[in-house]
Amino acid sequence: MEQIQEQHLEHNSGYGIYILVWLALMALTGVTVTLAGINLGGITVATVLVIASIKSYLVLTRFMHLSSESITFKIFVGVAILFLGISFLLLFSDYPLL
Amino acid sequence: MSVQEQTIAHVHRDDIGTRMGMWLFLFTELLLFGGLFILYSIYRFQYQAEFHLAAKELNILVGTLNTAILLTSSLTMALSIAAIQRNKISLSIFFQLLTILLAFGFMINKYFEWSAKIHHGIYPDSDVLLAKPSGEIIFFGLYYVMTGLHGVHVIIGVVLISVMMRLTSKQVITSNNYVKLESAGLYWHLVDIIWIFLFPLFYLIT
Repeated sequence: MEQIQEQHLEHNSGYGIYILVWLALMALTGVTVTLAGINLGGITVATVLVIASIKSYLVLTRFMHLSSESITFKIFVGVAILFLGISFLLLFSDYPLL
Repeated sequence: MSVQEQTIAHVHRDDIGTRMGMWLFLFTELLLFGGLFILYSIYRFQYQAEFHLAAKELNILVGTLNTAILLTSSLTMALSIAAIQRNKISLSIFFQLLTILLAFGFMINKYFEWSAKIHHGIYPDSDVLLAKPSGEIIFFGLYYVMTGLHGVHVIIGVVLISVMMRLTSKQVITSNNYVKLESAGLYWHLVDIIWIFLFPLFYLIT
């Protein structure tokens, strides 16, 4: 039982951290919408995707507590994302982007 | 007490295993939506001009508002877990209720957004849509399927969190046994992450 309680303590983040993460997420949303309004040409898609990735990273590590999980969880998630990335890469090898 | 009785009395609980199971389930969701995103990316590459034109039909304001609503609901979900960890039961229930209300707000917005599209004759297999170039038909096909599937996930999330609210009020979820609430939270945050990518790809590529 004690061990279980220790496991829980790892996830014990304060309210303040969550509110800070939320503020960052809202600010990044504002940045995305503003940037999309300005015509950046070809790099618009890349920019909005980079910002979306940063937002996802914040949600994964803070809200989903991945940063306080054991290394096994991090490897699991990393491998899952890696394989999705490989699927995209292999697909686009048939459709040259440049 | 005999050894056997002790074994029966022992309540087995593995919070790490439960969370890992939830993450494994989320990976299947990642593949489900990932496949659709792959489909989106390839058609966007093939029909760039048409995708740009079609995206102009979407309301950026509604999309941005829904993004803000969903991000805030993720915050209230995280706060409900922080509250239960501190044994603040009513506060946790309050945050869970807020999460559900925000989810309803999201769905109401979605309802009006879809209604407006349908009112303008843009829905799968409509005459107005079929008269458009094929790239635009594909854009709206993907729009309805992907935001629709995401909407279904929001509804499932509402049901899940409602059950969690009941379990919290019945003290099944407590300050030292809240892995169910955590798992529901993980699901809810994944729904949020999917929207984080859906929003710019459909609304902001004009």
